[in-house]
Amino acid sequence: MTGPAASDSTAGAPSGSDPVVPADQLCDVRLTVNGVHHEARVPARRLLSDFLRHDLRLTGTHVGCEHGVCGACTVLLDDKPARSCLLLAVTAAGHEVTTVEGLGTPGDMHPVQQAFRECHGLQCGFCTPGFLTTVAAFIEDNPAPSEDEAREAISGNLCRCTGYQNIVASVLRAAEIAREDGPS
Amino acid sequence: MKPSAFAYAAPSSLEEALEVLAAAGGDAKVLAGGQSLLPILNMRLAAPAMVVDVNRLTDLAYVRTEPDAVVVGALARHADVEHDADAFTALPLLRQALQLVAHPVIRNRGTTVGSLAHADPSGEMTAVLALTGGSVTAASRDGNERVVAAADFFAGPLESSLQPAELAVSARFPCFPAGTSTAFVEVARRHGDYAMCGVGVAVTVEDGTVAAARAAFISMSPTPLVVDLGDAVVGRAVDAADWSAAVDLVRDVVDPEGDIHATAHYRRHLAGVLTGRALAGATGSAAGRAA
Repeated sequence: MTGPAASDSTAGAPSGSDPVVPADQLCDVRLTVNGVHHEARVPARRLLSDFLRHDLRLTGTHVGCEHGVCGACTVLLDDKPARSCLLLAVTAAGHEVTTVEGLGTPGDMHPVQQAFRECHGLQCGFCTPGFLTTVAAFIEDNPAPSEDEAREAISGNLCRCTGYQNIVASVLRAAEIAREDGPS
Repeated sequence: MKPSAFAYAAPSSLEEALEVLAAAGGDAKVLAGGQSLLPILNMRLAAPAMVVDVNRLTDLAYVRTEPDAVVVGALARHADVEHDADAFTALPLLRQALQLVAHPVIRNRGTTVGSLAHADPSGEMTAVLALTGGSVTAASRDGNERVVAAADFFAGPLESSLQPAELAVSARFPCFPAGTSTAFVEVARRHGDYAMCGVGVAVTVEDGTVAAARAAFISMSPTPLVVDLGDAVVGRAVDAADWSAAVDLVRDVVDPEGDIHATAHYRRHLAGVLTGRALAGATGSAAGRAA
């Protein structure tokens, strides 16, 4: 599901002998996103969500509430879903991040993407990247979820369009497609 | 909705972290999971001069089950504790409560010790620490350590008794005596949201009768509230247990405040209902099903 291992990524900021980076200085951040190594110098307060969107120009990760409630900004950190608005980019240094751009391509969609298309699991699409990343990790952990488990898995993601019925159907269908495709 | 600027330290050893905290002189916040701290920083409810990021102290990412307690290191995520099989066997209350902490994705990052240090009156794990009679170990520079009992650890809403130069390095949740079963229930406006009232109970049964029962409440008082239910239930047969005396006792004891989510009257009502439900749930599992 994720790209090559981050063999070349090393922990980022801070460097040097003084362990504290003053508020007006930048930190080195080196990390792997969708299998590609990235380096940037950013303020310590840069949220991972903003780092992905503004510094790396990966705008697939959407920012909704920016305080951890809506789930739109969910990415995978070392294959586990996490809110990118509740992570500092410097904290993610040295780790592997997977965003929605890393799940699949239009010609080779991830089972979750296929399922959301088949089952009309999205309308406006704003919340969708967060659902896709959350569900992609979920069906790895639980390849044959019940409807209740599917609902619990997406309980931290808000959608204002669909009423969730088709999203739940998409989760179940995604697991089905992944099972048909065999182990990833 | 962005944090204000702060100095940043990401120490790679506990010693270094404690040096940095000591040198910071009080205006530093410790960042572990960040699932409570980052919203506060994003909304600028707090603007610390320094953030000390302890995510590199991977030695503290442990869940250790000892003969008489489960000990959780500062960097153990809620999900690590929730899914730890040994910890669940030794102290099912941990998982029972953790399943109510926010959402699975939040539990992937948030740490159990961090939520204790955050001391939110609606934080489930504060009640678990209080109900188990647990403690937090606080470390500071030069190898100093002190163990703070749950009753002394929570000083007020969002206020622990940690000193500015101290780091909470672990929490110890003692196991209950044999024959004890537990449950944790709560009611929230939305699934995964802050509870309007929540309660954990521990009921000890000997020879079919209740020998001891205690409850710990969240969202009912500035710090987790422990209520001894013994007067109401000790000596009763567990399979014919009528919990109404415990419900009445709880409603007499609690003194919640109202807010936009629930009136004081409704919270008191909930405290009773949930106590009855938790006692029935705990003893139901004692009677038959595995915990």
